[in-house]
Amino acid sequence: MSRGIQWIREEQVKVELQHINVKLALRDPDEVDLNALIPVFHSWIQDQVCGELLLDVADYRHVPDGPGVVVIGHEADYSVDNSDGRLGLRYNRKAVIAGTNQDRLEQAVRSVIRAAQRLEEDVPEGKQLAINGQEIEIWINDRLLAPSREETRSALESELRTFLHKLFAGNSYTLSFDPDPRRLLTARIACDRKFSVSELLETLKEPKIL
Amino acid sequence: MKASNSHWKSQLDGKMPEPLAREIDIFETEIALRKQGKLEERLFAETRLRRGAYGQRYDNGQRNDGRKVQKLNFPSGDLTKGPNTMWDAPGMQRIKIPGGGLNASQLETLAELAEEYSDGIAHVTTRQDVQLHYVHIDDTPSIMRRLAAANITTREACGNSVRNVTACPYAGVCQDETFDVTPYARALSRFLLGHPDCQNFGRKFKPAFSGCAQHACGLTSLHDLGLIAKKRVNEVTGREEVGFEMYVGGGLGAVPYPAKLFESFIPAEELLPLAQAVARVFARLGEKKNRSRARLKFLVQDLGIEKFRELVLEERKILPVDPRWTDYLSEAQAQFAEAPLKPGAESVDLVTISGLNGASEDFKKWLKTNTRSQRQAGYVTVTVTLPLGDITANQLRALSDIVRCYTRETIRTTVEQNFVIRWVSKSDLPELYKALRAVKLGRPGAGALVDVVSCPGTDTCKLGISSSRGLAAELRKQIGENSFVSDQAVEDLHIKISGCFNSCGQHHIADLGFYGVSRKISGYAVPHFQVVLGGEWEHNAGSYGLPVVAIPSKNIPQVVNRLTEAFVKERLSGEIFKEFVKRKGKAALKNMLDDLARPPAGDRSFFSDWGDPREYSLGDMGVGECAGEVISPVDFGLGAAERELFEAQLALEKGDQKQAGDLAYRSMLTAARALVQAEYTDISHDADDIVSEFRQRYYDTQLFFDPFAGGKFANYLFDAHARADQTRSAESSRYLVEEAQLFIDAAHSCSNKLSTAVGAGAR
Repeated sequence: MSRGIQWIREEQVKVELQHINVKLALRDPDEVDLNALIPVFHSWIQDQVCGELLLDVADYRHVPDGPGVVVIGHEADYSVDNSDGRLGLRYNRKAVIAGTNQDRLEQAVRSVIRAAQRLEEDVPEGKQLAINGQEIEIWINDRLLAPSREETRSALESELRTFLHKLFAGNSYTLSFDPDPRRLLTARIACDRKFSVSELLETLKEPKIL
Repeated sequence: MKASNSHWKSQLDGKMPEPLAREIDIFETEIALRKQGKLEERLFAETRLRRGAYGQRYDNGQRNDGRKVQKLNFPSGDLTKGPNTMWDAPGMQRIKIPGGGLNASQLETLAELAEEYSDGIAHVTTRQDVQLHYVHIDDTPSIMRRLAAANITTREACGNSVRNVTACPYAGVCQDETFDVTPYARALSRFLLGHPDCQNFGRKFKPAFSGCAQHACGLTSLHDLGLIAKKRVNEVTGREEVGFEMYVGGGLGAVPYPAKLFESFIPAEELLPLAQAVARVFARLGEKKNRSRARLKFLVQDLGIEKFRELVLEERKILPVDPRWTDYLSEAQAQFAEAPLKPGAESVDLVTISGLNGASEDFKKWLKTNTRSQRQAGYVTVTVTLPLGDITANQLRALSDIVRCYTRETIRTTVEQNFVIRWVSKSDLPELYKALRAVKLGRPGAGALVDVVSCPGTDTCKLGISSSRGLAAELRKQIGENSFVSDQAVEDLHIKISGCFNSCGQHHIADLGFYGVSRKISGYAVPHFQVVLGGEWEHNAGSYGLPVVAIPSKNIPQVVNRLTEAFVKERLSGEIFKEFVKRKGKAALKNMLDDLARPPAGDRSFFSDWGDPREYSLGDMGVGECAGEVISPVDFGLGAAERELFEAQLALEKGDQKQAGDLAYRSMLTAARALVQAEYTDISHDADDIVSEFRQRYYDTQLFFDPFAGGKFANYLFDAHARADQTRSAESSRYLVEEAQLFIDAAHSCSNKLSTAVGAGAR
């Protein structure tokens, strides 16, 4: 058994959710011009817009189904990512965060939603970029803490159900997991109704200080 | 950075080869010492580099953000991991892949590391290594442990050491090779890894193997040590002998040097001892202070090949016999065996294979450029082209599935930044192609114009002047869009790009080579590339190209367009590009491109580089770590003694008195040996020998004496040695730890005193 996971009862484990990644799917992905996002991401570094230290822009547009364009940060990376052929705005938390799993989920989701809001505002005139407001991917970027196994999927599901109830204000959604044990522990969520970024932020108001 | 960092050691306990596990423990301790300020930054820098943990652009803690130079306020503040290199600044982890050989599990490990510690990309280099970028130094021990568990090391991937031993990726399956060099490359890699004779170089040392002289795959002539497979019939015995044509002193860099022939035939059993002898001569006579002349190529140049050969052969004669010279060769040959997974398909004609609905034209194109018949009938190699050497974690996992499905996990990286899958049955090609296409790895054009090679350049390298990857990506895009003239003669050309004159992109040996330079135009710095034409990739990088003119980065696609058009229109029958360049001459070629040398008036896009909208500046350049720090064996030894003492103190804290005492004693021996080694390179590790030599050289001569305490600190060592076999009490162990600290301090003082005296010419 991995050291990061703890058995609570025989059939249930507790997983420490660190290094949470969240990806918000984008609307009309074929229309998104990644080239236009590079100056936007550089401006984020110039203005250090997000309270996390932003360092550099990595351009992987040449890699099909790859990381796209990434703002490398110290605590976290932001990217418009096309992994698995699904284009989305991704938050990759690298630094450890204290608090509960719910706190950490909230921190990661809040960060990506704020970035989406910023990106929707900053994208140059004539270009379009908006989240589709329904599809979210969440994965835990640490195989030792959270290996992709049945018991950890179950533990993550329990945490996610609590969190998503709040995020989607009680609206129904579907939740599925990537079954490949070699991949990161990954959840895919599709909500039955669409949310705008401001609506999602509204549901997460009153942030806790982390 | 990772929450799981503290768990990997116990998680992988027993799963790593012991020497690698120990090496990583040592590095982790050195990290702890550096954080506490107990390890000097220069020493830590070199020890870090020798574990492949390299600096990256902006690691000096500042970055020109396009408007101003921005200070990067890292949480660890002023803590450094090398001179002017901030602790928290992301770095690059280089991973050695000897001969480029990998298996499926190793591909999966690389995938995991790329996504957990880097930005999801693994990058294949021009020397068959794999690199991860944007890695935090605190994560590197976990990365190294996970690699070690997959039997991969990062040791000596950077720094002044023997770098990755490269080899032709077609070795063993090539139609034209003399014999399979793979076991020899593996044996040499194993033998030189961590070898004491390779720890005191002034610069790096790069070996390469090729199975033949005519192809490019091994690039032996641009290496410090180049070995080309050769056989001969022994005149006396009449028996066939296996060996190598041996070259030394090749290298690219700002001024490329072709390797010189050392011997037209060395028997295989002489490979390891001769390499050791070359290493010893390089360590002893190679330049140490002037970094720009410290590569072996300068020593060979200065001495002349005849004198260098003489010195190496003299050194060879006096080498103590090492059973590993032959054992490693036999073991490598016994352990290395490749076999196909599936029966070959002898009678299948590659061009007529069907079975791909709707993609048959692409398939045919791919067959033509990306497959190559093996000398074993019925089998082919398949090249997996990677754009700019980049591959995602998901693609690596898919590739691991593919090599398991169609082969016995026979895959290698190439110096053209691709993968080659070996032993593919011809009958499997349609299915394998479909599997590659499904994960976007089925692009044609391997080794063709579109397969542009590039170093990291300004993307991540501190020395980068222009954006080599940005340009490479743009050229790939334009070639893919058929923006250039379509002709087979053009398709076969090679483009290679370096971000600066240091040639990591190997621009000298390309038909169309480019390296980054900067020019001032209208008061603005403008990114440029120097155009280098007519280098020879074939014949193991047979000859180097001709620098013609510097052109603004944004005009380089036009340069490619113009030159390829001219080549198609003006070449003589059967003339290759290198010959075309020679016939046209530098003046005519420059004339052809001169109007592109200045940006159009008022076009500000020329003031930024490809893929980077910031106004171009050289302000982000830093001091490169390619060369590492020249740290003397004495400094390394004293550093190791400090680390052992630190471990002794930790053991004391844990209440393990025996371990503490043993480590403290060992730390004194290590410090004493370091001093002895300054005068006597081959001092053994035997405690009696060390103490005896130390006594004779430093105590009897009073060189070790403190001005006030005299020989007191040396006596701590002598006492500990005399009582080495006795059981130590808790109290005596504690005293021993304290005495060891004083002894090591005295050793530092002695070393400083001696180096000052040497500097003043007094000794």
